[in-house]
Amino acid sequence: MAAKKTSKKSNVSADELLAYYRDMLLIRRFEEKAGQLYGMGLIGGFCHLYIGQEAVVVGLESATKEGDKRITSYRDHGHMLACGMDPNGVMAELTGREGGYSKGKGGSMHMFSKEKHFYGGHGIVGAQVPLGAGLAFSDKYKGNDNVTFAYFGDGAANQGQIYETFNMAALWDLPVIFVIENNQYAMGTSQARSTSTPDLYTRGEAFGIKGEIVDGMDVLAVKEASEKAVAHCRAGKGPYVLEVKTYRYRGHSMSDPAKYRTRDEVQKMRDERDPIEQVRDMLLTGKHATEDDLKAIDKEIKGVVNESAEFAKESPEPDLSELWTDIYTDA
Amino acid sequence: MATELLMPALSPTMEEGTLAKWLVKEGDEVKSGDILAEIETDKATMEFEAVDEGIVGKILIAEGTEGVKVNTPIAVIGEEGEDMSTASAAPAAEEAPAAAAAAVPATAAAPVDFAPSDKSPDWPEGTEMKSMTVREALNEAMAEEMTRDEDVFLMGEEVGEYQGAYKISQGLLDKFGDKRVVDTPITEHGFAGIATGAAFGGLRPIVEFMTFNFAMQAIDQIINSAAKTLYMSGGQMGAPMVFRGPNGAAARVGAQHSQCYAAWYAQIPGLKVVMPYTAADAKGLMKTAIRDNNPVIFLENEILYGKSFDVPVMDDFTIPFGKARVAVEGDDVTIVSFGIGMTYAMEAAEKLAEEGISAEVIDLRTLRPIDYATVLESVQKTNRCITVEEGFPVGSIGNHIGATIMQEAFDYLDAPVINCAGKDVPMPYAANLERHALITTEEVIAAVKQVTYR
Ligand SMILES: Cc1ncc(C[n+]2csc(CCOP(=O)(O)OP(=O)(O)O)c2C)c(N)n1
Ligand SMILES: [Mg+2]
Repeated sequence: MAAKKTSKKSNVSADELLAYYRDMLLIRRFEEKAGQLYGMGLIGGFCHLYIGQEAVVVGLESATKEGDKRITSYRDHGHMLACGMDPNGVMAELTGREGGYSKGKGGSMHMFSKEKHFYGGHGIVGAQVPLGAGLAFSDKYKGNDNVTFAYFGDGAANQGQIYETFNMAALWDLPVIFVIENNQYAMGTSQARSTSTPDLYTRGEAFGIKGEIVDGMDVLAVKEASEKAVAHCRAGKGPYVLEVKTYRYRGHSMSDPAKYRTRDEVQKMRDERDPIEQVRDMLLTGKHATEDDLKAIDKEIKGVVNESAEFAKESPEPDLSELWTDIYTDA
Repeated sequence: MATELLMPALSPTMEEGTLAKWLVKEGDEVKSGDILAEIETDKATMEFEAVDEGIVGKILIAEGTEGVKVNTPIAVIGEEGEDMSTASAAPAAEEAPAAAAAAVPATAAAPVDFAPSDKSPDWPEGTEMKSMTVREALNEAMAEEMTRDEDVFLMGEEVGEYQGAYKISQGLLDKFGDKRVVDTPITEHGFAGIATGAAFGGLRPIVEFMTFNFAMQAIDQIINSAAKTLYMSGGQMGAPMVFRGPNGAAARVGAQHSQCYAAWYAQIPGLKVVMPYTAADAKGLMKTAIRDNNPVIFLENEILYGKSFDVPVMDDFTIPFGKARVAVEGDDVTIVSFGIGMTYAMEAAEKLAEEGISAEVIDLRTLRPIDYATVLESVQKTNRCITVEEGFPVGSIGNHIGATIMQEAFDYLDAPVINCAGKDVPMPYAANLERHALITTEEVIAAVKQVTYR
């Protein structure tokens, strides 16, 4: 990976580290379970796993406060868990059941939570970016100091509507953080094959938007960058671009034979850069936790995830009458 | 505990596959991420990874086996020192619940409510009337609603300082300020998305497209984001907003600036679609559109902007969606139209009356919802129907009206329904060609004579 800023790993408390460990592990185990349920035919259609990218959402969410908003693409399970949505409701949406966040009508790519200010879950590459700027527009209009995180991929970064949005967000000083999750591939297309200049964080410069590149495998570096970006937006200084360099271990979706990269490339990343292992090491070497402490957390997380899978299997399919509901809402 | 590894489904459509190759053997230690086997699906060869650590106990399906059904046990994985000769300890593979037996409704459309039509007058008898252009009516409607609700704002190209490309927003910037009358750059896809996001965030945007031709740049946001989010979110959030602007042919502006999108948007569940003809309807329906909690497509027409009609003078005048207007009552034939199509329908009805043919003219006013009851009741009386619209003929609103009448009132028909529509050609520039590309009153008259066998 390209040279980038890493955190100084200073003054972070044991509790904080443990919280990141737990949040990242929940995403990883949840996604592994989703992969299993997919293999068993309980989850259908497209299912895009977030494994490898956990530090991105966990680090970014660490700087948020109540009322802040987030919106992302179809690779959305991690974002939902990181903002506090219930794993049961997310898993049950994956299995298309009544207990899912969208009553089974949205699926893996389309989930929402008004309560947690999570605005989806969007399947059209890039479309969530103007929507995110629109959420920020609504906060600015109402005169509060909330910010919106609009997440998108390195592939999405080549969609025209993103630059339309950059322009207006800068023109109108919208409190939106554009988070480019650069996992280096868009399906089977590496960034080098799709992008004329590699540094996506500079893409806002033409519009006067400050950008920064961050090591997305290091949750502390992401947290630090998030704090800075959030402070900028809350202060009314307009939008901010964060390019977060990350990596997805699994295929693009479940049906990806992954012939565009070598096994070694993936393995090397897992062995050397894994975001969860990094925090685990910090916890152990810093004597913030013992092996047993971490085992206990692992067990607890496994329990949460297993329960979500049980819930997602037990929850009934939506009633057929649901076919005709939620198309319009009463005036 | 020993667990069975099951043949995985590796694509949305896979039901069985070939276990091409084992990359581990019995007794091997594996950890999460290791490739266990290669599996050929209908599309590709996929690597099958371990998700847990353990020891490969028994391999149950030999490599090279074809047609292995999804969820068949293919190996047993366990911990060091465990007896894995049998898989009996493992839980049985769970069955995905069978898709509920198709209790699908007989028709694709939502059950249509054919309750008697709403015949109430649009305003009380004796209400004072004032002559007003469609332009003034739209302007007044927006101003009234912006005064009524702080969350309503207008956004679009040239809506503010320039006072509107077609002067529909004249004076609004002065009245409401630039927070609520937002001039955008020329960036339809972007601002349609931003407005939709603002609606998700609790505001009530009115998006002006300079003309609907340019909304094609934004149609993804309109349909995929604005129209579908309520459904995709299980009713949690939607987009209470209006997309408005001139639609259809103006005059001599050529192919790219002359297209009617009525049938396009009317196809989309989740949108409401309005296409008024008179100034009173423009005003009453615009106010209803702004108050509606769903995304509304409001199709105006440049040629109608300057046309004057009587508009009731009332404190708060609204017209509900889904209520057609019987513009002319008649007995011999039903002419169904909307928007600028009404110009031809009305002119034809007048000329036909001189020849002793009594036409009933129905202005649909809204295309989603459509007032089927008014149309069907009229057809049951006249036994004949033609439709009139300026849009392209294939997949037109008239096609849909004709099909509905055939399905619901076949026995009442004395002649096939004829659809008068724009010609199946891009709009030409030459004055004579353009006239013929649109509908003509003569064509409407000819269609009526055909169905009345005169
Ligand atoms: C407009 C559009 N074009 C194409 C697709 C198909 N598609 C889905 S994901 C994807 C790759 C996107 O890659 P990236 O933005 O890097 O996100 P990642 O999947 O890596 O998270 C493509 C081409 C789509 N969903 N929408
Ligand atoms: Mg990518």
